[in-house]
Amino acid sequence: MKKVIVIGNGMVGYKFCEKLAAHPLRDQFEVVVFGEEFRPAYDRVHLSEYFTLDSADKLLLASRDWYGENNITLRSGEMITSIETETKRVFTHKHDYFEYDYLILATGSAPFVPSIKGVDKPGVFVYRTIEDLDAIKDYADKLKQEGKFKASVLGGGLLGLEAANAAKELGLQTDVIEFSPRLMPRQLDKAASDMLQSKIESLGMKIHLGKNSKEIVGEAGIEKIDFTDETSLQTDMLIISAGIRPRDELAVKCGLRTGERGGVYVNNKMETSDPAIYAIGEVALYNNGIYGLVAPGYEMAGVAVDQIAGGEKLMSPSIDMSTQLKLVGTEVASFGDPFIENDEITAIVYENKQRGVYKRINIVKDGSKLLGGIMVGDSSDYNTLFQLYINAMKLPENPEDLILGSRGGESKSALGSVLDLPDTAQICSCEAVSKGTICDSITSGACCTFSDVVKQTKASSSCGGCKSMVTDLVTATLKSMGQEVKETICEHFEYSRQEMYDLVKLHSIMDFDEALDRHGKGHGCEMCKPVLASIFASIYMETANRQAPIQDSNDRFLANIQRNGTYSVVPRVPGGEITPDKLMVLGQVAKKYDLYTKITGGQRIDLFGAQLHELPLIWKELIDAGFESGHAYGKSLRTVKSCVGSTWCRFGLHDSVSFAIRIEDRYKGLRSPHKLKGGVSGCIRECAEARGKDFGVIAVEGGWNLFVCGNGGATPKHAILLAEKLDDDTCIKYLDRFLVYYIRTAAPLQRTAPWLDKLEGGIEYLKKVVVEDCLGIAEELEAEMQELVNQYACEWKEAIEDPQMMKRFKPFVNSDETDESLVFVPMRDQKMPRPW
Amino acid sequence: MEELLKNYQSVADQHAIHWIKVGQTGDFPENAGACVKYNFKQIAVYYFTRTNSWYACQNLCPHKMEMVLSRGMTGDSQGIPKVACPLHKKTFSLEDGSNLNGEEYSIATYPVRIQEGNVYIGFVD
Repeated sequence: MKKVIVIGNGMVGYKFCEKLAAHPLRDQFEVVVFGEEFRPAYDRVHLSEYFTLDSADKLLLASRDWYGENNITLRSGEMITSIETETKRVFTHKHDYFEYDYLILATGSAPFVPSIKGVDKPGVFVYRTIEDLDAIKDYADKLKQEGKFKASVLGGGLLGLEAANAAKELGLQTDVIEFSPRLMPRQLDKAASDMLQSKIESLGMKIHLGKNSKEIVGEAGIEKIDFTDETSLQTDMLIISAGIRPRDELAVKCGLRTGERGGVYVNNKMETSDPAIYAIGEVALYNNGIYGLVAPGYEMAGVAVDQIAGGEKLMSPSIDMSTQLKLVGTEVASFGDPFIENDEITAIVYENKQRGVYKRINIVKDGSKLLGGIMVGDSSDYNTLFQLYINAMKLPENPEDLILGSRGGESKSALGSVLDLPDTAQICSCEAVSKGTICDSITSGACCTFSDVVKQTKASSSCGGCKSMVTDLVTATLKSMGQEVKETICEHFEYSRQEMYDLVKLHSIMDFDEALDRHGKGHGCEMCKPVLASIFASIYMETANRQAPIQDSNDRFLANIQRNGTYSVVPRVPGGEITPDKLMVLGQVAKKYDLYTKITGGQRIDLFGAQLHELPLIWKELIDAGFESGHAYGKSLRTVKSCVGSTWCRFGLHDSVSFAIRIEDRYKGLRSPHKLKGGVSGCIRECAEARGKDFGVIAVEGGWNLFVCGNGGATPKHAILLAEKLDDDTCIKYLDRFLVYYIRTAAPLQRTAPWLDKLEGGIEYLKKVVVEDCLGIAEELEAEMQELVNQYACEWKEAIEDPQMMKRFKPFVNSDETDESLVFVPMRDQKMPRPW
Repeated sequence: MEELLKNYQSVADQHAIHWIKVGQTGDFPENAGACVKYNFKQIAVYYFTRTNSWYACQNLCPHKMEMVLSRGMTGDSQGIPKVACPLHKKTFSLEDGSNLNGEEYSIATYPVRIQEGNVYIGFVD
């Protein structure tokens, strides 16, 4: 058994333990870890979230138990004070010693504190550990009691801005001081820095660039900072975040080779000048650099584990320093070489000061390769650009499309298909799974479904952001092996949603049991039941009351379940127009039932905190006042948002409110594969944000322009023009056709934008179907919609009028009691559930 | 919050000491859940019509400690009867209470008997 000692229990030290614990030769090693902090390793990347978390434990990378369960001895709160390389021993501050065969230095770094006069005054802090944050918070609380609110952060780099955000979260008026003439000088150019600065300053922070601090002045605490240019800044506390210094004291003392400006020299095996000692993370000096990001540190941990286990893994020759993150609420990304520009290399820049967006890409002049870039304000293109850069892939004909989007013509992703990526391309960055690994898991026969692949490779098991890429890879790989890939609903129905839709219609299947008997097996599940419910609703316009048990859990109770199991209630407010009388009814009901009240994004009012048994009582009052269900709980039409339009607005061209109400009234209750949202704007200023909806109508001279297949959410998409200058009736006619065609053909939980992405022929084909009627089904689609419209009924009215249906709102079958386990806590004159 | 969990320990049919009548079969929805109360416990009861089977488990979802499982959707996974929590769709076997998403949480299950149209649940306390 070999003895491994790890000095340092930070993120990289922990990663080393995690990788060693999972190694096949793990049993050959006895592992002892020393950490000088008393907590086990925690997530320093998300340190600024500490103030919003209720417990520091949520930042832990693994619980203390984890180390025991994996046979790793964790000695936290114990410091190593020296290393004796000849005898292979380390000594602790308690003068104990431990022997090693392999020693891993993962001591990380300490904040760099410049030698400014007065830097030792109370009120000066660094920003690195949870203890630092606690000290900052305590001091801030003390200041606030004295009526002082000004904090400054020295350092406008990545960490400095994180610290500034933390100070702002504490309710302090925060200034940032940076020595260089721009923010994040390692990642951003001047224009990007300017954009970020104006974004940050719009949130009330102030940025001072090109400032060299001379002295921190103050009697009891800090009063001001003097700069070398004879200016000064008033402040009550100072947080220093001006870079890092590798913690190489131990290495220096025992004679290991170190760099001039700090850091323990390592080769590409992570070996130091003593072959029994390895260094990883921010203390390691590799290729003349210290790398303050976790990704290279994690890679080093993997190399070190492999090396001591006799493997041959080597560190990548060049370290990728690309980052994408949110700083003070602003998206910022930087990849490759963000600054490079010379005779062969040219930059393409897009700057939009109105929206606060700056993008830059650096490409080889012949347009063949992407070398790096910067994004501020909108980093949604980062993944695509990063893949193009890291895999040195061929760029599209007009490289500017990469940051501007395709203008005119058929839109196509710059990446093309995920299949075009090389095998080395990293698909899941959380778990570092490459395209090759995913494809191999299928071609080797080990996996044959998406869930097999997730289990085996761990891809998509963490944040899930790569799920669609993994699905596409699985489907394509199976196809290439000659296997038929069917997008079946679930294990109970071996049909796609569209096939089931056709079967239900063709055989006039009336309920779920009949569908299971004829075309399925087993009991069904939470996947297929809502799909069938949606199909029945779309074909027969049946409400969620008729087959309540197969409805998704929100539809079953006609309300949206919230954190503590209570519900929210959203009555329909068509087009967002509401009379003062009805508004007062909502207020009275909310008051009577003590409901938390909030305006929704869809111009409605959401009433939260209703208990199951209160739902019918609340709805009785709402219905008596003329309200109807808003279907906020369903995969169905939500709202048609409107701006006030030509009746009041001096710019309005047409009456957008009346048209929105007409559209919302027409499609209310319509169930669909996913939720549907609409918008109507009275002019091209687009105040209703109609292009962010599944369908959007915008007034222009001569009629309405109809846009389709947009959405907000995680993958925002602007709706695309389907037809121009329509009159009211034609617009409704096209909408009828579009909606029924989508409802018939989309996959479960597929919104209109991804549906259009997958539709062969794209928007041009959709135009042919909807406008030109190339399939000859337009009349049928319209008739189907008219039938659904005719059969609409408010399902809440239906429910409260039927005692049998009311049974489901009784909390306990065997008792008339209500659920007393619910706890609410007060918040800004209202209430909220007790937090998790 | 975790103390709440201690109220719920699985009971095997042969170990049940008290059989508590919680209602008549017609009081419970078909192929869905409903909740009953016994002392300080909230118990979810499910009736699967296709196999004419009854199941009972804790109403408390161990993931976020909320009393919600009776309002989840039922179904089966490879023939194992299950319930999906309405909050985050964690699914649990109604046969042994194990989590079917490969996570650590599990739930307590209780035996159910039907006699003369009445529904009884077995407890040890």
